[in-house]
Amino acid sequence: KRSPRYGGRHTVTLIPGDGIGPELAHHVRELFRFCCVPVDFEVVNVDSSMASEDDINNAIMAIRRNGVALKGNIETNHNLPPSYKSRNSLLRTTLDLYANVMHCQSLPGVRTRHKNIDIMIIRENTEGEYSSLEHENVPGVVECLKIITKTKSLRIADYAFRAARATGRRRVTAVHKANIMKLADGLFLECCKEVASGYPEISFDSMIVDNTTMQLVSRPQQFDVMVMPNLYGNVVSNVCAGLVGGPGLVPGANYGEDYAVFETGTRNTGKSIANHNTANPTAMLLASCLLLDHVKLHAYASMIRRAILSTITETRLHTADLGGQGSTSEVVQSIMNAVQSTGPQTLSI
Amino acid sequence: MSPAVMQTVTLIPGDGIGPEISSAVMKIFEAAKAPIRWEERNVTAIKGPGGRWMIPPDAKESMDRSKIGLKGPLKTPIAAGHPSMNLLLRKTFDLYANVRPCVSIEGYKTPYTDVNLVTIRENTEGEYSGIEHVIVDGVVQSIKLITEDASRRIAEYAFEYARNNQRTSVTAVHKANIMRMSDGLFLRKCREVAENYKDIKFTEMYLDTVCLNMVQDPTQFDVLVMPNLYGDILSDLCAGLIGGLGVTPSGNIGANGVAIFESVHGTAPDIAGLDMANPTALLLSAVMMLRHMGLHDYGNKIQTACFDTIRDKKVLTKDLGGNSKCSEFTAEICRRIQDMA
Repeated sequence: KRSPRYGGRHTVTLIPGDGIGPELAHHVRELFRFCCVPVDFEVVNVDSSMASEDDINNAIMAIRRNGVALKGNIETNHNLPPSYKSRNSLLRTTLDLYANVMHCQSLPGVRTRHKNIDIMIIRENTEGEYSSLEHENVPGVVECLKIITKTKSLRIADYAFRAARATGRRRVTAVHKANIMKLADGLFLECCKEVASGYPEISFDSMIVDNTTMQLVSRPQQFDVMVMPNLYGNVVSNVCAGLVGGPGLVPGANYGEDYAVFETGTRNTGKSIANHNTANPTAMLLASCLLLDHVKLHAYASMIRRAILSTITETRLHTADLGGQGSTSEVVQSIMNAVQSTGPQTLSI
Repeated sequence: MSPAVMQTVTLIPGDGIGPEISSAVMKIFEAAKAPIRWEERNVTAIKGPGGRWMIPPDAKESMDRSKIGLKGPLKTPIAAGHPSMNLLLRKTFDLYANVRPCVSIEGYKTPYTDVNLVTIRENTEGEYSGIEHVIVDGVVQSIKLITEDASRRIAEYAFEYARNNQRTSVTAVHKANIMRMSDGLFLRKCREVAENYKDIKFTEMYLDTVCLNMVQDPTQFDVLVMPNLYGDILSDLCAGLIGGLGVTPSGNIGANGVAIFESVHGTAPDIAGLDMANPTALLLSAVMMLRHMGLHDYGNKIQTACFDTIRDKKVLTKDLGGNSKCSEFTAEICRRIQDMA
């Protein structure tokens, strides 16, 4: 995995996106500048109101160039005809970012109904129900194709087991609906079983998706690593993010063979709270830490992450999504103060 | 209470714990003097003329006549050669709407209190059309079918239900940003139907946003209407919020006025015949049935007795945290009903 470095500095593509994206992107840059992080952002704007795909193609090219990106959600007007495809989806499939990884952990200082949650969700990110293959052969009857392939299923299963092994996690659960979709989810499940046999130290089991959501809201602590096709991934990630405190807290990562794109885990545009200075910057800032780890700037990643987690414990700073009245800028300022208080070590990195 | 006209209900006790929870429900209805005449039928699949699997003709005849059914859990056969009985029932009576009211049960604590919503799931098409193909070795395609007619029908049912049950809003759950044509069609039909129900508030929400918000604050939801797969997932998620399938009622609405109410838990073969089963799910489904039939007073009475028993915590079955028998739990509910009269 190469990442452009010139003079020891990395160039990273930054796609602000819509809604709260631009203000969060601004805070990331502000924080990085404050911490003297050796990263230069190449900003590429994508205008979601344009019918032409030039903008998103430029963004994709910039990511190919830089290898890594931080991204806000690009709005999809779902009232437009099918010829207008989701820009986010195009980006994921064109760059073959096949693994969407979301690590949902209970955070100290955030009050939730369930405690001690630590789930790593690995979601196939490029096929399944998101294949965008639909047609209306007979008026009033629409067919939408869900595609499951052996190659991509093996690939995501392998990713899940490798990640489990690398992080010392002991159990992988495949989520599916193979009792109904016998061929499609059946194939996915078979591939998971095949890969599992090569990782004897990791226990493998499977669970039907509806039972999974029921188990998640009653006893989420039972889950460790979960692997699944695209749509179930969408459902499970959002349930888990909600369980640990909401969309403002959890970062997400999209990995491919050659590229990596980081964003908030639940990919919300947050249109209704845009520019109110009330958005929770935690998810995006934690995503930027994942980015720093990816380009091997581990010391900066740890320093910033520590500061973010210490700020989260301050209830008086909690933003509206956590039930507080804190503002985005107050939270960011507090994080910068926390970084500063770690002392002169900052200069010696 | 003035004597009401006796109405016939087709009772399908089912397998495993089915017979015992069915008899519990019958005892409780008797204690409440509900004007229901039960007609027991078996629905084990038989091969009809022409080799097609079908439900026994006497079961079909009973349902067609009574229009109302109450059903316990059915065994899902593996390699029995015939399709699942639930599927057969669905196809025979065109049970197009699966309705699950999820209300928090006071006395049965879960991390979620104040849940009060209804999921209405389109039950005939969508992702469960069963149409799959192997395109080439290693590439499988599964077809999700969305039709104008089915979408309109479920939307109409949802709004009618909302109106008849004094619910204030209906939310269509979809993923039209990704599945533009299919979910887009579903959404358009919902919007069209909404035009005729201006007294009900109509909103649209992405499936992921619903999931995200549901586990943080379920009180923001009222009636949810959606295609098959999302409905399957969300209805089970919501059941999880109030305590699981052992306490969740469910109703299936079909064409021609047929409605079959059922418990959605399994047959629990390990405790079958041991007087340990919890009849709550089937009982609440029977209450749903009474309301559907316009017998609200009886329904309310039975529900109150059931909830009071659970809240009191003195006589609870094992799954509810107690160590009473099914018959004791049933007797307690009957006693409360008789005390109310």
